[in-house]
This record gives sequence, structure tokens and C-alpha cells, in this order.
Amino acid sequence: MDLTWSESEEAFRTEACSWLESNVPTPALPSGDTKKGFALHLDWEYRLAADQWSVVSWPKAFGGRDASLWQWLIFEEEYYRVGGPQRVTQNGIFLLAPTIFEFGTAAQQDYYLPRMSSAVDLWCQGWSEPNAGSDLAGVRSKATRDEAAGGWRLSGQKTWTTRGAFCNYLFGLFRTDPESERHKGMTYFMVPLEGDGVTVRGFGRLDGDAGFAEVFFDDLFIPDDDGTADTMVRGGILGEVNQGWGVAMATTSSERGLTLRSPGRFQATATRLVDLARERVGDGLSQQMADAVADAWIDAEAYSLFTLSDVTGVVEGVAMGARSSYNKIFWSELDVRLHEVALDLLGAEAELDGPWMKGYQFALSGPIYAGTNEIQRNIVAERVLGLPRK
Amino acid sequence: MRFALTEDQVEFRAVVRGLLADTCSPDELRAAWPDAETAGGGPGGGNGRVPGAWSALAEMGVLGIMVPEAQGGLAMTEEDLVPLLLEAGWAGLPDPLAATAGVAVTLLRHASSSEPRAQELLAQIAAGEISLGCVFANSSQSGSTQSNPAQSESMGPASVVAVSNFVPAATSLDQILLCLDDSVHLVDPASLQLTPVQSVDGARNLFHFVVPAELGESTALLTGAAAQAATLAAFDFAALGAAAELIGLSRRMLEMTILYATERKQFGVQIGSFQAVKHHLTNASLAVEFAEPLVLRAANSLALGNPQASLHVSMAKAKASAAAKGAAAASLQVHGAIGYTVEYDLHLYMKRSWALAGEFGDVEFHRRRVSAELLATQTIQIGHLAESTI
Repeated sequence: MDLTWSESEEAFRTEACSWLESNVPTPALPSGDTKKGFALHLDWEYRLAADQWSVVSWPKAFGGRDASLWQWLIFEEEYYRVGGPQRVTQNGIFLLAPTIFEFGTAAQQDYYLPRMSSAVDLWCQGWSEPNAGSDLAGVRSKATRDEAAGGWRLSGQKTWTTRGAFCNYLFGLFRTDPESERHKGMTYFMVPLEGDGVTVRGFGRLDGDAGFAEVFFDDLFIPDDDGTADTMVRGGILGEVNQGWGVAMATTSSERGLTLRSPGRFQATATRLVDLARERVGDGLSQQMADAVADAWIDAEAYSLFTLSDVTGVVEGVAMGARSSYNKIFWSELDVRLHEVALDLLGAEAELDGPWMKGYQFALSGPIYAGTNEIQRNIVAERVLGLPRK
Repeated sequence: MRFALTEDQVEFRAVVRGLLADTCSPDELRAAWPDAETAGGGPGGGNGRVPGAWSALAEMGVLGIMVPEAQGGLAMTEEDLVPLLLEAGWAGLPDPLAATAGVAVTLLRHASSSEPRAQELLAQIAAGEISLGCVFANSSQSGSTQSNPAQSESMGPASVVAVSNFVPAATSLDQILLCLDDSVHLVDPASLQLTPVQSVDGARNLFHFVVPAELGESTALLTGAAAQAATLAAFDFAALGAAAELIGLSRRMLEMTILYATERKQFGVQIGSFQAVKHHLTNASLAVEFAEPLVLRAANSLALGNPQASLHVSMAKAKASAAAKGAAAASLQVHGAIGYTVEYDLHLYMKRSWALAGEFGDVEFHRRRVSAELLATQTIQIGHLAESTI
């Protein structure tokens, strides 16, 4: 085992840290899930992109720095340690981009990726529908072939679309084979949210932010991709027609695995929790609370080490596969626990609408999104432990 | 950065697994129990040892894995021994592998520059000729349950040692190393007024001992600050060794249970297909998977003399103890009534888990070592594994 960073990795850390400390806005921006906050977060995205910090692990040609997975982890650590703002581009960068890299044509990569990394296009994930949450294969939105016009007509509805009200593009599954059922016969579409045929309605989240949206498609026309910007600006398809499920599953394990929640985020939260506890030592912090703080902090460290082990595997060519479900269960429940302990420490002040209470409410969504933890537990049981499906 | 065992470590571990599979089966474990009835079979009359396994390990040179070359050892480190203790745990081996190859060797290495007896013992360990026990106790006058090797500047809040008056398989040991507040003694087991006591785990063949009122220079291997440093290092290894065994035990219990749940049918289906069963086992497995990286990292910290090693060990033992108790509970519950018999093998591993969970500091003791460090002084820097500001 070698738990040290190389000289060049330390140099990368120093460079990232120095840039972040000079550029991260203080005080913290209002939530990116509000209209005003979103605009401010967009400014931050432009600043990141201008100095090639928006997508460090991407190739330089697309706005990145060709950073290794290790360097990406280091960047994330520094980002959260310094208190970097929420990334309102994350759904595009962490969920859609890996799919474009894997399934996109060269023309699609050249077109969509630079626009994503410079925040010209803002993407939301249109996965869920009113009748298809955990059961993604129950998707009913459809895309009907219009051969004469040379494209597809989309209709249906997506819901619980994070930041849908503030984005200009959506990616999601639409049923292209009318005879098909379940996970067969769907296609992975990239869809513009502006123009005729699409309506976006924002609605409020538990924590008071307007981040959620319903998106209605009413005969929205997506022209066939002819490899030019003229068609691609109007949306397109990733991968093959009717093969959308496989394309989507490639995204889904990125979501649960490393890329959506790097350990730096939770280590930073754990550090803030420890700081909060230290403030209270003088007031007579109970041993029980001290131990609860320690236990949550240990878990944040454990998650970091587990990730190092995962990244070692990925770097050495071992696929993570269903083990990513372990990650998702662990970080989402860790996040809830960190915030629960903080609220316990705050006592009567816990109910105030401050960062810990807001953070707690957001943490509660963790066991729900990116595949509920109940589904994840089934996946671990069946695909990692080998228990029988039925 | 590479958080994984080396190829050699993986191979050594696999060889030891094979060796123990051949020499330490459930039948051989039962033979280590003094009482056949409580063991659920076997010949009875055991003394807490599995001689076939011990001599095979001795022959392979495993006992001398951390002994310097000068004394005929393999001159390897904690990083190499800890994975083998994962396997010892998996097999439920009751013999003093951690005590002899890890704890005693650590103490003796501290003493060897000034003590010819220490060098001789190291050579005997490497040659596979002796078994040693190591205990951490207060001198006969003190009544407290923990010992503070004097809080010198170099020792932070985590330098507390848990004491007890129990030693497993005492009558089978050649010597016992007795670590008190400020001295380390080499004593003959017979000088300790041994009284057999009933551990829930009969294979431990546990004894109560009394610290002799008079321990003089003739038995002292180390005194003063040198003794305190050695005691802390030895205790850290003892706790970590137990943590490693607990991970192995957890995996063994869960493997047995998954197999059982796959074979056992009720209501016409395999019981492993029920979601409740899946979730019990996934939860238990999750805790084990996230405890193991803490164990391996602590081994690295001890090997490198990381100043935060005690903190890292406590993180590992706290989580490994909790994970093992959870794995035992889930395993028993999924097995149902058959798991509740001594004829079935599960009890052998559950009972060892319960014993080791409390040995060398239980969950609470170790969490407290962590909370004491966290809430003491300066900010801990996140993400820098090789160094800290503490």
C-alpha cells in the first residue's frame, strides 16, 4: 500500500487550492436551486470554465485538463474544503457527459461537450415520470417516428427534474418502439427545453427551494442528426434507437459510484461537525454526543478510504460494477447522520432555517435519488452477495 | 497512491487461507474447546489451541513475519501480517497468532537493543518454537479499567490503553508479556495465579490472572518512557489484530449465511429471495466492507510509524467490532433456529466475535479515543492521509 501522493499530485493540489482560495466567492452564494441563486452559480461556472477548472478530468480539447482520476479526487477534496459553491452543471457533467464519451459520435462530442463545460448548455436529467420513479423501465413518454419530417415527435411528461426550471436541455428515455414494454424499445434522447412543444413548470422542494420541475412534451420535434450543429442544437439521440436502456444504465452506475459524490464533500461536512462540537465543549458537551460526532467522522474517513480502494481498482482496470451500490447507500446515509448529529448538538437552535437544517433536508433526499437505498440494497444482495432474485 | 494489497500480500494471504482451511476446520475448532457439550461436539479436553494449524503456520515462517532478519525472521511489517489475521479470523483460529507474531514481536523489538533476552525470544518466535501471550494490566494496587501510559508530549489523547485481567489459552503459552503503566515484564504464566474462567467462546480457554505484587528488575524488559512507548505500540497492534480477525469472522459468518439462505427453501422459494433477508445481509455486509479499509489503513500507519496510528487503530477497532456484532446478529437471524444450536457451526464464529469485540477496547473505548483526539486541539486536515496537524 502506498497512501502518499506523488510530487506532481501534490503540485496539482497546491495549484487547485491556490486558485480556489482566490476565487471561491465569500460569503457563500444563496442556493443554486433558486432563481437568483442559480444565476449567481452560473457566473461561478463561467469563472471555473475560464480557467479550465470546470471539468478537470476531461480532455483539454473539451475544456478539461486531462486530469487523472486521482487528480480529480484531489480537486474535489480541495473544492469542498475551501467551500466551493454547488455545481449547477453537475447533472450534465457527471451524468450525461460519461454517456456522451461512451456512446456519442465524434460530432456529438465535439458539439455538446465544450458547450457543457463552458456552461453554455445547462442539462437536467429527465428520468422520473409520475408513474415511473424507482421503476425506470415503466417510462411511458414516447417518441413517435416522423419519417416525412426526418425526425421524432416527443410526447409525455417527466417529473422531479432537479433544476429543470433553470436548464435549457434535458436528457431522458422515451419509448420509440410502440410495441415494446419495460426496458426494451426505449431510446436515449437529448432534448431542448425551449421552444414549441415543451413546457416546464417549477415546483417547490421540501427545503423551500424551487429546484424541482415537471416537464411536458407535446409533439416536440427532434430532427435526425446530420452531424451538424444545426440539427444537434435541436437535440438528438445517444447510442442506437431502441437501445436506450443500456445507454442509461451506463450513466446510472456513474451516478451511484464515484462521480456524483466524492468523499471530499462529506469530509468537509464532518470537519464542520467537529468544529461545531468543539464550540460546545465548553458548555459541557456530553460524552454521548462527543462519541456520536466521532462515529460520524470515522464514517466520513471510511468512505474516503473505500473510495481510494475503488479508484485504485478502476485505475488498474477492475470494473466497479454493482459495488457502486455500496457507495451510494453508505454516502447517502452518512450524510443524513452527519446532519442529524449536528442538529442534536444545536438543540433548540436546530429548527432555525440555517445551513445545518437546510443541509439536513437536502441530505434526506440522498437515500431517495440516484436509485432509492431500498433498490440499492436489493442490487447489492443480488449482484454482489449473490442471493437469489426470486 | 495505491490503496490495495500488493501481489505478494495477496498471495501470502491466499496461501494462509488454504493452510487454515486444511488445518482449522469447524471440527478442529471444536477440539480446542475444553467441554464437548458446549462446543456442540468434538472430543472435549481442548486447551484453546489448534496444534495442526499452529505448527503449519510456524513451519511456513508466519510467526516470524515481523521479526528482523538478524533473528531469522521475514523482516516484514504490520501491512503484511494484518491480511493474514483477516484469514485467521475467517478460520476462527483461537491460537495466539496476533499475540505472538504481532504484539509480542512489537514489544520485543522495542526491547531488543538493550535486552539479550528479547533477541533470543525473537529468534525463537521466528523459528516457530514458542507461543507468547501479551496482556495489558494495571499493577496490583490499581482498580481502574484503563491505563494511561504517562501523557508525555509525544502522546496525544489517543494514547490510552484498555486493561483487563484475562488471558486466553494461558497454560499453553511459553511466556507472557505483561504491560503495566510504566514497565513491561516477561513472566512465566504460572507466576500469575491463573484461574480458569468460562468465556462464551470455549475455544479461548480463558484464564483470569493476578499481577504479582512483586515484580522486580529481573522480570522487567523495559521501564519508564521506553516501556510506555512500547506498550502503546503493542496495544495498538493488539487492537488492530483483533479488528482484522473480526473482519474475517464477519465474512465467514456472512458467507455461511448466504449459502444457507440460497439453499434453504420455505414457502416454495429460497429464503434468500425475501427482501427482508436481503436487506439484513446487505446491511451487515456494508458495515464490514467499510470497516476493512480502516483496518488496512491502520496497518499501513503502524508500519510507517505514522504519528496518528493510535487514532487510526481506534477508528478500525471501533468499526470492526460493531460490524462483527452486526454480522453475527444478522447471520443468526437469517439462519433462524438452526443457527441457535451448537451442533451447527455458526456459534463457533459468533462467540469468537463477541469475545474479540470487547478485547483490547470495545466500541465505546475506541470511539472515545477518537473523540478525545478530535475535540482536543487543532483542526484536523482532511484528505491528507500521510500527515496531520494534530
